[in-house]
Amino acid sequence: MTFDPVGAILLIPACAAALLAVLPDYRLSARINILAALATFAIAFSLFFGRPDPGPYFHVDDLNNVFIVLTTFVGFTTSVFSGSYIAHELETGRLTPTFLRFYHSMYQLLMFAMNLALLANNIGVMWVAIELATLTTVLMVGLYRTHEALEAAWKYFILGSVGIALALFGTILVYMAARPVIGEGPEAMVWTRLLLNAIHFDPALLNLAFVFLLLGYGTKVGLAPLHAWLPDAHAEGPTPISAVLSGLLLNVALYALLRFKMLLAANPAALAPGPLMVIMGLISVVFAAFMLYRRRDIKRMFAYSSIEHMGIIAFAFGMGGPLANFAGLLHMTMHSLTKSAIFFAVGHISQVKGTQRIADMGGLTQTNPVLGWGLVLGVVAIAGLPPLGIFTSEFLVVTSTFARAPWLAVILVFGLLVAFAALFLRLNSIAFGEPRGNSEPAEASYVPMFCHLGLVLLVGIYMPPALVGWFQNVAQLLG
Amino acid sequence: MHSLSFDVAHLLAGSLVLVSFMQLYQDRLYALLNIFALHALILALSVAWQAYIQSAPHLFITALIALVFKAIVIPLALHRIIVRLGIHREIEKVVGVGTAMLLGMALVALSMVVMLRVTTEADPLAREDLAFALSVVLLGLLMMVTRRNAVSQVVGFMSLENGLVLAATGAKGMPLVVEISIAFSILIAFIVIGIFLFRIRERFDTVDVQAIDSYRGERL
Repeated sequence: MTFDPVGAILLIPACAAALLAVLPDYRLSARINILAALATFAIAFSLFFGRPDPGPYFHVDDLNNVFIVLTTFVGFTTSVFSGSYIAHELETGRLTPTFLRFYHSMYQLLMFAMNLALLANNIGVMWVAIELATLTTVLMVGLYRTHEALEAAWKYFILGSVGIALALFGTILVYMAARPVIGEGPEAMVWTRLLLNAIHFDPALLNLAFVFLLLGYGTKVGLAPLHAWLPDAHAEGPTPISAVLSGLLLNVALYALLRFKMLLAANPAALAPGPLMVIMGLISVVFAAFMLYRRRDIKRMFAYSSIEHMGIIAFAFGMGGPLANFAGLLHMTMHSLTKSAIFFAVGHISQVKGTQRIADMGGLTQTNPVLGWGLVLGVVAIAGLPPLGIFTSEFLVVTSTFARAPWLAVILVFGLLVAFAALFLRLNSIAFGEPRGNSEPAEASYVPMFCHLGLVLLVGIYMPPALVGWFQNVAQLLG
Repeated sequence: MHSLSFDVAHLLAGSLVLVSFMQLYQDRLYALLNIFALHALILALSVAWQAYIQSAPHLFITALIALVFKAIVIPLALHRIIVRLGIHREIEKVVGVGTAMLLGMALVALSMVVMLRVTTEADPLAREDLAFALSVVLLGLLMMVTRRNAVSQVVGFMSLENGLVLAATGAKGMPLVVEISIAFSILIAFIVIGIFLFRIRERFDTVDVQAIDSYRGERL
């Protein structure tokens, strides 16, 4: 029997979830959580050097390889952060050991669901996996059992369920389009087969299917005007979950959308999916940029920033072409790393301050220098200042757009500038000035945060040729 | 071309749309639950008929799930929740009955126009099934939008989901239908448990805070 990396990537989180559900000691659970995430990441990384042939249920290609490695990496660093975060939550009594057992088990189940969605070669399996990921995150958002947390979880649940229901209708329509060409049965849902035969599909059915898929998975990506669940879910859940939601789950939903976009692109008679994504992306960027000004809750603010960045990414992929796709991929990677780093900082900051209200924070760089400067660095990165990686990717998005559709670029740049100003306005009051609110010394693990920010800085200054080549391949693949 | 199998499938799918309309104008929760049970029953019949004419025995499992879980277990569970929470009196609606019905008709017209125009190539049975299914989905969405009560929103979601199962079974030979219907049942069970545990009375605004506060007080 040979070693099967795909099976291992799925089995490790699944077994860990089962094990963590029965282990009572939370310190041990936190370690096992980290170990399982590390093992999954190591195996995912090995996919770069050799990958199995596509089967009827799973496949690995250049596109999902990038996503899997990113997901497992951020999953690993977040589990490290989560270890020190939950210890503090337990001390303050916000969580009890029973809830922690549940939390760790759900964390691994979420990793399993996301890996399954990324590896699936069957659009039905992909849908089930995204549903599972939604369910586990709903349970974790409501973990604190406060009024606000339950309200956020319920809202996320209802909107997420409607979203995935619409996505299923779209999936059924894709099957209907494929059936006359490929024939009845499971073969007509295998993605690699669909892509090969897409040119013969009925274009009208494909168009309609894409509209449903865009609405359905677009809800999960958090594109405006379907974003209503996102700020609440980010603000009320435990911070490691905010980091995973922003950094990973939004990407997974976007990945599903990209797969179907490739199907449509393979059929010249179908409508071009690009403009729809460009429009939703632009609306998200401009809308979220303005919403950033009125935020009083620090996690809610960064949730709106996630909407903005998902907008930029959807915009870039919507524009299409090698350069814009490259920029979109790079931006997605950089955003995942930066946003989860910011949430690592924000998690510890809100523990130190005992609140998430921006008005009760101030002078962090004086009271907790490492955390404060970490946050400053993260915001500088997310706002898109050089020399960090997001500057590179935003620059690529904007320049490639200027060359093809200057007016769209003007709107995009406007949104970026508005968001930039809003972020620095808030950062100024949080990080600098007179210290406000109570402050305790932080018992934080800074390694994950600075590890992410270091990577973002590295890519901003020097991008390894191997990475460039890889992303170029994927950009070609996306068309 | 209009064989008996076509006519029966057509009749059942059409009845599903009709019952969706009946749900729209119910203003009492008990009545709404009864109508939903009818909805699920018709779905079970429709799925069973599809299983028979497509000679696809696995679809009988889906039909059985619809019958036992959605037509019997869930309505009974919701019934008990309503009694426990003491919210059996009336449903508050965002819009009136007349407006809701007009909107519903517009949605059905929309789905007919869209689906029948798009699927000219497909076989007539699948085509009309899809058009009916989309109508049921849209009517379910409409119901979720026009109700404030968590229980009636869940009923709206379930009838939306019934529309999806109708579409999936109408698409001949579609794989994973059983798995998907099981996944949906788990989802719905979660929602119902969620309502019960957290006593969510209204859509997003009022949860019975006192109950939760005292619960937390015990744990601390």
